[in-house]
Amino acid sequence: MKKLFTKMRDRQYSRKEKSRFEVALIYFILAIMFVIIAYPLYWAFAMSMNTTSNLYTASLSPETWSLDNFRWLFTNPRSDYLLWYRNTLFVSTVVTVVTTLTVSFVAYAFSRYRFKGRKNGLYAFLLLQMFPVLMAMVALYILLNIVGLLDNLWGLILIYIGGGIPMNAFLVKGYFDTLPKSLDESAKMDGAGHFRIFFQILLPLAKPILSVVALFNFMTPFMDFILPRIVLRSPENFTLALGLYNFVNAQFSNNFSRFAAGAVLIAVPIATVYLMLQKYLISGLASGATKG
Amino acid sequence: MTDSISFFILVIYVYRADLVNSADISDCYRESRRREIMDSNENQNRPSHTRVKNLNHSPKKAMLLSIIPGMGQIYNKRKLKGIALFILFAAFAFVMFDFVASGLQGLITLGTVARVDDSRVFMIEGILALLFTVFYVALYWVNIQDAKNEAQKIRDGWTPGGVMENFRNSWDTAFPYVLIGPGFALLVFVVILPLLFMGFLAFTNYNLYNAPPRSLLQWVGFENFIRLVTLSEWRDTFISVLTWTITWTFVATTLQIALAMFLAILTNDKRIKFKKLIRTVLILPWAVPGFVTIIIFSALFNDNFGAINTDIIQPLFNTTIPWMTEVLWSRIAIIMIQVWLGFPYVYALFSGVLQGISDDWYEAAEMDGASRWQKFTNITFPHLMFATGPLLLTQYTFNFNNFNIIYLFNEGGPAVRGQNAGGTDILISWVYNLTFTNSQFSMAAAISLILGLIVATFAFFQFRRSRSFKEEGNM
Repeated sequence: MKKLFTKMRDRQYSRKEKSRFEVALIYFILAIMFVIIAYPLYWAFAMSMNTTSNLYTASLSPETWSLDNFRWLFTNPRSDYLLWYRNTLFVSTVVTVVTTLTVSFVAYAFSRYRFKGRKNGLYAFLLLQMFPVLMAMVALYILLNIVGLLDNLWGLILIYIGGGIPMNAFLVKGYFDTLPKSLDESAKMDGAGHFRIFFQILLPLAKPILSVVALFNFMTPFMDFILPRIVLRSPENFTLALGLYNFVNAQFSNNFSRFAAGAVLIAVPIATVYLMLQKYLISGLASGATKG
Repeated sequence: MTDSISFFILVIYVYRADLVNSADISDCYRESRRREIMDSNENQNRPSHTRVKNLNHSPKKAMLLSIIPGMGQIYNKRKLKGIALFILFAAFAFVMFDFVASGLQGLITLGTVARVDDSRVFMIEGILALLFTVFYVALYWVNIQDAKNEAQKIRDGWTPGGVMENFRNSWDTAFPYVLIGPGFALLVFVVILPLLFMGFLAFTNYNLYNAPPRSLLQWVGFENFIRLVTLSEWRDTFISVLTWTITWTFVATTLQIALAMFLAILTNDKRIKFKKLIRTVLILPWAVPGFVTIIIFSALFNDNFGAINTDIIQPLFNTTIPWMTEVLWSRIAIIMIQVWLGFPYVYALFSGVLQGISDDWYEAAEMDGASRWQKFTNITFPHLMFATGPLLLTQYTFNFNNFNIIYLFNEGGPAVRGQNAGGTDILISWVYNLTFTNSQFSMAAAISLILGLIVATFAFFQFRRSRSFKEEGNM
């Protein structure tokens, strides 16, 4: 009996040991991942703080750091950073306003009305969503060239809006579908017109999804590089992403720290927004998984 | 852009489960409610005992009369509507006839006088004329159907109401179209028109030496496609780019998913603390704009002064790796970077699903003495795949067209002897090069078309499999 007891205790002990070893291993793997993730980001941040502007001699320790690169971006007359910022803000604002409006109209129609062509329309949207606008870049380039919108912010804006419609419309339609239809039907009974139902009842309820759509449409021009690259030609029309790329592209090692400084200024706010939404996202995913 | 797209998909995913159920319920509700309203309306208009069938009224006749738009409606005793329709159709036909005729003609000839006629403009006008014709025919069809339906209703004893009521009814019917109008118009001009234009371009001979407005374009049929597979300079490049594109898509995405799964399972372990912090850090690469990180990596991987060579490879192995100048190493570097960039999104998906798997499953498995591996293959893995399958497929399509990383890392390079695409060029970045550096517009369009066909096939299977599509179809 006693023998059995000690045996059991031994076994438990060894299991505990094993468990502890496993946990240590997991932490070790995670630590490696942390280094792999953090190193490039930290390196870029350190670059942005270096004045030497030479990749080879740049130091990763904060002793020699300064904010010169940031100052250069904002104050040097040769720097177009503020201009690019303004361009990007302009594109973002127009795209956000127009997209959110048109998309909420389209989504409302698809969600609340049964009309001829609805099903085909939904299929078409689903299909178009699969094709990135980029795929038609040859055609877009030639088209914009003919219409005279090449190297023009409006050309870029048009493509952003048009290209984003199918996906955004689906997103908003999905949300409208979750709002109880009894709401607008009772309003209809009370004699409210179509527009009134839309603006006074549904739109306020759809605020959460509309703000998500607006936020991400606003952020897209800050992060997108390809479309500006295709559409825009002259430096005074560049958006931030394209302008920063040209810092690096023109003379690699010379301007990298300036690129890093400009990139930090974009990446930090965007990353913050993502990480703030991330919590809600993961819990939402979890509930979706158990229900679905 | 790509980041936000994946975010959107994620959000759709979050809401999906909720929408489906409530939409079904409210649809049922709506249907019954609508029937009630319809019944009560009909009762108001004429009590049921006075409903008389008008058997002389023929839907066929209404249809035939509608060949001239509006006549069918006049036959249905809706004079105002009929006249309005007639005027609308006639006016459209009158105003647009010249444009459509010359547009379609231009689409066939692509211009006759070099330096005066711009074939590209002819093509675009032709496409617009084509779109307009399709639109007109569709409306025409709707008009005939409308006359027939109304005649059928009259035959069953329905009498059209007063002018005001009719007007209100047509406003009700038209309203959804009014809502869709602006978005649809944008879509036509910004997405559909370019896609069609690209499709047409693939069948012309538009290149650097034969470029409008200097010279005229000709229709060359499938010549571009034939050249792509028969001429050795094109064929070799095409095959090597296509092979690499497929390898790249498969390897990078699968590694991404595998790493995400591994980390998600590790961090879901009950014994691990600081989960919130760990998750935040692991999601960080997703949160930083992609173009920034790719440029950072391309500096880190630089052959001569990149930190990976100078700080890691050189001290450890006393050699340097030609990341940028040798095809194989560039490919390896790009795949590694994509795994770094892409795993967090999948990780977020997976850890969400893992949190939702009930402990009962594992406890039951433990009772039966299942090993860890058995628990993984029989519980965890099926759960993950069932919940995220379609989204994982979109990861593959995304990488298939992942222009960003290829272009920003090394502009598709290093150059390869004997072909006009770089060693890491995938189809889409090759199209970019053909368009913007070589001005091989027709060839670029032809390749884009092939690219589009591949994506469409993939999309078709993906949607046929995914549940959400079926649900959407029933709605």
